[in-house]
Amino acid sequence: MNEYTYPIVLGIIIGTSTRIYMLRTDYRQYPTYLHGKIIHIALGFIAAGLGTLAVPSILKEDFTAVTFLTIAASQFREVRNMERNTLTELDSLELVPRGKTYIEGIAIAFESRNYLVIFTSLVTTLGYLLANIWVGLIAGVIAFFISKILMAGGKLEDIVDVEYAEPRFEGAGLYVDNIYIMNIGLPERREEVLRYGMGFILKPKNFDARSTIANLGQRQAILHDVSTALGVYRDSGTPALVPLAKRDLDDGRIGVFILPQERDVEKAIEVIGKVPTLENAIRMPTERNVMKRES
Amino acid sequence: MDIEKFILAAVTTNPKKVPSGVAVFHCDTKEEMDTITTNLEAILDGIAHALSEEIYIIVKH
Repeated sequence: MNEYTYPIVLGIIIGTSTRIYMLRTDYRQYPTYLHGKIIHIALGFIAAGLGTLAVPSILKEDFTAVTFLTIAASQFREVRNMERNTLTELDSLELVPRGKTYIEGIAIAFESRNYLVIFTSLVTTLGYLLANIWVGLIAGVIAFFISKILMAGGKLEDIVDVEYAEPRFEGAGLYVDNIYIMNIGLPERREEVLRYGMGFILKPKNFDARSTIANLGQRQAILHDVSTALGVYRDSGTPALVPLAKRDLDDGRIGVFILPQERDVEKAIEVIGKVPTLENAIRMPTERNVMKRES
Repeated sequence: MDIEKFILAAVTTNPKKVPSGVAVFHCDTKEEMDTITTNLEAILDGIAHALSEEIYIIVKH
């Protein structure tokens, strides 16, 4: 035991607790299983250890020891690859896949959360060593909430208005409002679609949102999340019963057609609103200088 | 070149309107056409699209 023992222990506890908090299983059901959680808690523990050990190293003027953080960075990049590979493999077995953009977003989140753990444990230990345990705890709690803010991305409800629209047929063409979804040939299948199908219109709130929801990955994420939350009326060998999202080329609205097992309009609107805005789908054409000048 | 979609079969009550190069199922009535298309859709894992009252195509997406 030396003067660094308790600060290090506190940093590791706060850092690992932050990782456990960020690992909570939500409606997306990932990670669900104990073994998946153990992997991430173990990596979170390592990240907390690295973050907290950096402080005594600096205080003892052992600056070269800080270079192990670069090793940590490459290790956590490996976490991203691991998540990407696992989810891509699993995605082929989903009735409504997540899509590559969503998977990439999840993989990035898993990597970045370890950096947030490093940050949290680092400031906790730093606070403890520079002042006392209470300052360390307060610094840890502040870092915890900063991590929480940084972890929470935007939601679709921030950029679009969601409205219900009954799906309908014009001949063999399926429409949600005036947006063409697909051609369904068999009358029997059309009846199924009308019985179980639900349609929603996503109206972009601004020009940036129009480009963001046009992204195919973002649209697939909507379909996946709604199907996960409300169930899906389909099985393998029924490709006609597939949820789809199509775009109105005139005004950028998106027509979402889903086949949920639970036909609850309010809940579906809420779920669509809570779909994360994928980092890789976000576009900001209005940030271009040309657009700014015109406005 | 990756072909994402292709026609697996065509089902028709009017053989004159179906092009060559695809498996064609000739039917006498609309009801027979619906029955055969339903079976083909399930067997081939494709989607039946109606081009007209007389022609269905089963497409792999």
